[in-house]
Amino acid sequence: MGLFNKVGLLSKKDEKLISDPLSDNNPITVQVLGICSALAITAELEASVVMSVSVLFVMGVGNVVISMIRNIVPSKIRIIVQLTVIATLVIIVDLVLKAFAYELSKTLSVFIGLIITNCIIMGRFEAFALGNGLWRSFLDGIGNAFGYAVILVIVGFFRELLGSGTLWGFAVLGDPIDKTGLYALGYENNGFMLLSPMALIVVGIIIWVQRARSKHLIEE
Amino acid sequence: MEHIELFFKSVFIDNMVFATFLGMCSYLAVSKKVSTAIGLGAAVTFVLAITVPLNWLLDQYVLQDGALTWLHPSLIDYDLSFLSFILFIATIATMVQLVEIIVEKFSPSLYNSLGIFLPLIAVNCAILGGSLFMQSREIASIQLATTYGIGSGFGFFLAILAIAAIREKIRYSSVPGPLRGLGITFIITGLMAIGFMSFGGMLTGGDEPAKETVSDKNEVGNEDDLVYKINQEIN
Repeated sequence: MGLFNKVGLLSKKDEKLISDPLSDNNPITVQVLGICSALAITAELEASVVMSVSVLFVMGVGNVVISMIRNIVPSKIRIIVQLTVIATLVIIVDLVLKAFAYELSKTLSVFIGLIITNCIIMGRFEAFALGNGLWRSFLDGIGNAFGYAVILVIVGFFRELLGSGTLWGFAVLGDPIDKTGLYALGYENNGFMLLSPMALIVVGIIIWVQRARSKHLIEE
Repeated sequence: MEHIELFFKSVFIDNMVFATFLGMCSYLAVSKKVSTAIGLGAAVTFVLAITVPLNWLLDQYVLQDGALTWLHPSLIDYDLSFLSFILFIATIATMVQLVEIIVEKFSPSLYNSLGIFLPLIAVNCAILGGSLFMQSREIASIQLATTYGIGSGFGFFLAILAIAAIREKIRYSSVPGPLRGLGITFIITGLMAIGFMSFGGMLTGGDEPAKETVSDKNEVGNEDDLVYKINQEIN
């Protein structure tokens, strides 16, 4: 990385806020946050991307809002305040999706609502936005949302490609009924990849690969 | 009979953890020891058993399309369902605060061992998910909503207890380094979820009128249809 730093956009410390969650401090594979929604909707690439964008919006704006009001909210009621902020943002996302992508919002069903309880968001509010300024909180928010998005897109990519032979709805491997493309060679879709348990196993494999590459993450 | 069916359906077929992946965060974080897992499982069951019927009342008398007519007939045009997220989560957050106070008072040892995770029940996806699924599945009465809450809570309890027991044992096996801890837990959960899928045909077995099989391969959002399709293929 170091790209933003080189062009002089961000200082080195700020740069780390964005680059860390993408690798060694990934919210899903290392911090173990936000897994609930990450797994259920990754059978299609499109749904994964829409979910990532929604989380990106909620986290970016939410972290800024929480950071702005961090000094005036009594710590006793902060959880309810945080939940209200997130819920408001999620309602906006939900209404926008219903207006512009109705089919997709039906596929995502309750999982858009479950962004509210996505532990990534609360976790970052608690761990970062409550103690840091506006700009850094914003960077932390989008950094973590990108880290979340990377895993979602990888899982969605493999599940859709291996499960239904399409990417973003386009048949990239040929037509399974007319037996064109790869299917002419006797390739078959692995319907198992579409079932929810496979999401867990794919994430398990991602963790395996990541930890094999960076040894200091290995537990015990 | 209706209640028993719903209970078994929410424990085994629509298991919170294995079928819908709700409550995964705390499921993974608190499942290192059986004793804490039991504590969290019980807390989740308790909170679900209270919040689902409460939110059912909210849904019926405040949020649904035309639900406000009991106040005044002229309110029939109001549809407040877009507010459900914020009202549901407010109910849940309040209830969790209450449970926290009670547990702190009566069982300090449990309170200490659950530590940070008790307030996090408020943001446990399983709790909000229970209410949202209750709403989207249009559960008919408050008794059924209670059964549904208890059933899904019990399903979570079962799942976290099982994985905690497995994780206690797996410490003695030689798992490849990079898979140790989180990685192997994910894979075991995946295998357990496959196991739980075999309950899929338990209540629908045979005598249900044949559903239209999913012809469009892209329509994969609905797990029920997929499970059903696979069952058909097996038969």
